Amino acid sequence: MNEAGFLQILIYLTALLVLSKPLGVYMARVYQDESIVANTWFAGLERGLYRLCGIQDKQDMRWQQYAGALLVFNLLGLLVVYGLQTCQDLLPLNPQALPALASDSALNTAISFATNTNWQGYAGEASMSYLTQMLGLTVQNFLSAASGMAVLVALIRGFSRRNTSSIGNFWVDMTRTTLYILLPLSLLLAIALVGQGVVQTFDPYATVKLQEPLTYTTPAVDADGHTVLDAQGQPLTQTQQSQEQSLALGPAASQIAIKQLGTNGGGFFNANSAHPYENPTPLSNFLEMLAILLIPAALCHTFGFLVGDSRQGWTLLAAMTLVFVALIFVTVPAEQHGNPALTGLGIDQTASNQQPGGNMEGKEARFGIVNSALWAVATTAASNGSVNAMHDSFTPIGGMMPMWLIQLGEVIFGGVGSGLYGMIVFALVAVFIAGLMIGRTPEYLGKKIEAFEMQMAAVIILIPPLLVLGGTALAVMTEAGKASILNPGAHGFSEVLYALSSAGNNNGSAFAGLSANVPFYNYLLGLAMLVSRYGLMIPVLAIAGSLAAKKHVPVGPGTLPTHTPLFAVLLIITVLMVGALTFVPALALGPIVEQLHMLAHP
Amino acid sequence: MTSYFKPAATLLLLMTIITGGFYPALVTLLAQSVFPAQANGSLIRDKQGQAIGSTQIGQGFSQARYFWGRPSATAPYPYNATASGGSNLGPTNPALRDAVAQRIQALQQLDPDNHAPVPVDLVTASASGLDPQISIAAANYQIKRVAEARRLPESKVRDLVDSHIEPRQWRVFGEPRVNVLGLNLALDAAAQTSRP
Repeated sequence: MNEAGFLQILIYLTALLVLSKPLGVYMARVYQDESIVANTWFAGLERGLYRLCGIQDKQDMRWQQYAGALLVFNLLGLLVVYGLQTCQDLLPLNPQALPALASDSALNTAISFATNTNWQGYAGEASMSYLTQMLGLTVQNFLSAASGMAVLVALIRGFSRRNTSSIGNFWVDMTRTTLYILLPLSLLLAIALVGQGVVQTFDPYATVKLQEPLTYTTPAVDADGHTVLDAQGQPLTQTQQSQEQSLALGPAASQIAIKQLGTNGGGFFNANSAHPYENPTPLSNFLEMLAILLIPAALCHTFGFLVGDSRQGWTLLAAMTLVFVALIFVTVPAEQHGNPALTGLGIDQTASNQQPGGNMEGKEARFGIVNSALWAVATTAASNGSVNAMHDSFTPIGGMMPMWLIQLGEVIFGGVGSGLYGMIVFALVAVFIAGLMIGRTPEYLGKKIEAFEMQMAAVIILIPPLLVLGGTALAVMTEAGKASILNPGAHGFSEVLYALSSAGNNNGSAFAGLSANVPFYNYLLGLAMLVSRYGLMIPVLAIAGSLAAKKHVPVGPGTLPTHTPLFAVLLIITVLMVGALTFVPALALGPIVEQLHMLAHP
Repeated sequence: MTSYFKPAATLLLLMTIITGGFYPALVTLLAQSVFPAQANGSLIRDKQGQAIGSTQIGQGFSQARYFWGRPSATAPYPYNATASGGSNLGPTNPALRDAVAQRIQALQQLDPDNHAPVPVDLVTASASGLDPQISIAAANYQIKRVAEARRLPESKVRDLVDSHIEPRQWRVFGEPRVNVLGLNLALDAAAQTSRP
């Protein structure tokens, strides 16, 4: 890696860590119910919302009630997104007259956006009307993110409260997250992105005159849409000419801002943040990449602040950052090294001040290798899933790192809220293991960790691998599953494993060669997304309820300190051990075999 | 569960109005008043006011007299800006090697004396299929061909390329690059002004 690349990574990490502290403290204030915006019209708006909805905002909920409210709210949101897609042809703000989506695709997308996965089975500019993008997708970008953060805050209250059955009010946590955290940040980011060239308009697609007229061939089709065959049974082609290029536009910036900030990741356009209208410049790329990890990193400080010991937040943040940095320095060199399969053709893959070099297939010239690989690591460390380069075309090792980061359970930063509650569950497992070693009842943050918490933690840690490995096995054993694979050999298996990893951990990125917009994958991945989201959220809330009811245990001589570098290392080992032991056999069949194959037959 | 239905439905409706209606409308209003050119697609217009491209979106070029951009994998034709996307070919897929070999051949056919290794970004498909830019190396590689096809001195074309280099943003971010459509428009404009 050259100096310029190293410098960009350094600036990125510095900006992330510096900004995370003030934002984390601000968010803690939002959740502490200190009226940070008292006497402003915002506070009046908040009270008005509660009154209109008949919400008793001072009334706290037991964990079962909290889960119930969350599930009903998310289910209704899911139905709205489904409904908008299946009748968008009848609704306004559809200037391209796009037809309604097929029901399997619409269901997959509705689940995908309600669960904060934002897997993109559809091609945005070719299938979603402006109205669907705004009222369906943008709204769920906010609300699914706020749902995840609400569950995290409820879990934190489990530690900070004692001898109580209540863990907060879901409606209030959801509303305050949206109004005071997500909306202001999104507004700022959206305007900055437009300044860089991200489009934001309700006008129909623009038409421009081509500099060099275009000639291309398409398969000939008859009136019914069937391909016409010639006498030998070969499909007939027809030559077409065009003088024009149609440019897809839309209200993109407003959606992209929250897509990045809320670890959503579902793009306005098919190519996601590789599309020049979605991510036009290196600066827009920096801002979008920063937005991926900003809230997940800041929430660590929110956690430290709310449990009254900022060192606890720093410890979790340090553990996440260490793994993140280590994997950056595997992925970037892997991509920079280039593709040995292309040597001998007479191409130059060496980096210089004239070119980025390296494996440029599926990457953009303005981002080069460093920013594409850095983004890939950030977007899979967080459960964001947006892409600025095509992961399917990464080198085997370069593509394995994002896949493994997803498989670690989306706890290295992870999704907003969901990443940190996942990491706290791993912390419970770590203190449990340490407790076994020294023969004491484990404690974390002054709460005894007992059988119930460990049962729930086991469920939380086991569900994603079951979905990923079970789903992959099912897909590669069926014709329907194998029919969608694009690339031959081990790489084809990687495409399927990546898809299930992504859905089974609510990430949303893809090895996009897999044709996933077919009923088999729409339903399989939809199910995986649902189970991994709510199958984890409900046990997390159960832990929150159980912890809140416990009394506080004072720190004793047998208490394992959880704010030390030693604990950060223990936590990293726990995460990596579970992730490695579970997935190395599957990875060996995909990227590892492909890497060996590539080195053996250059 | 039914007791949650009313607050959930009402809150969803209100949040939809705020985050799905009010918020995008406000961003649009601000964007259209502060950055109207960017918000509408950074279109380039000719003297008659007709839109002839966008600074952000690439166009396909295949003639010797134009600089070529990144190969585009969009369907059914390259640089289809209503169906963005990459090839998604894996690194060990023989189809990738074949495609790269074919692109090298196409370049060399119009430039038979050029035996320099081809910069990798000139023969690999971009992620969006709409990449407006190429590396400096990829532009330099094509100077001789374009100059010969246009019967211009190489130095003049080289000066044009140099004047179209976009450095790293703020000297730090991204990669140095050349906007292909901008360069080609400048070439055509130079040809018009030099005509008697």
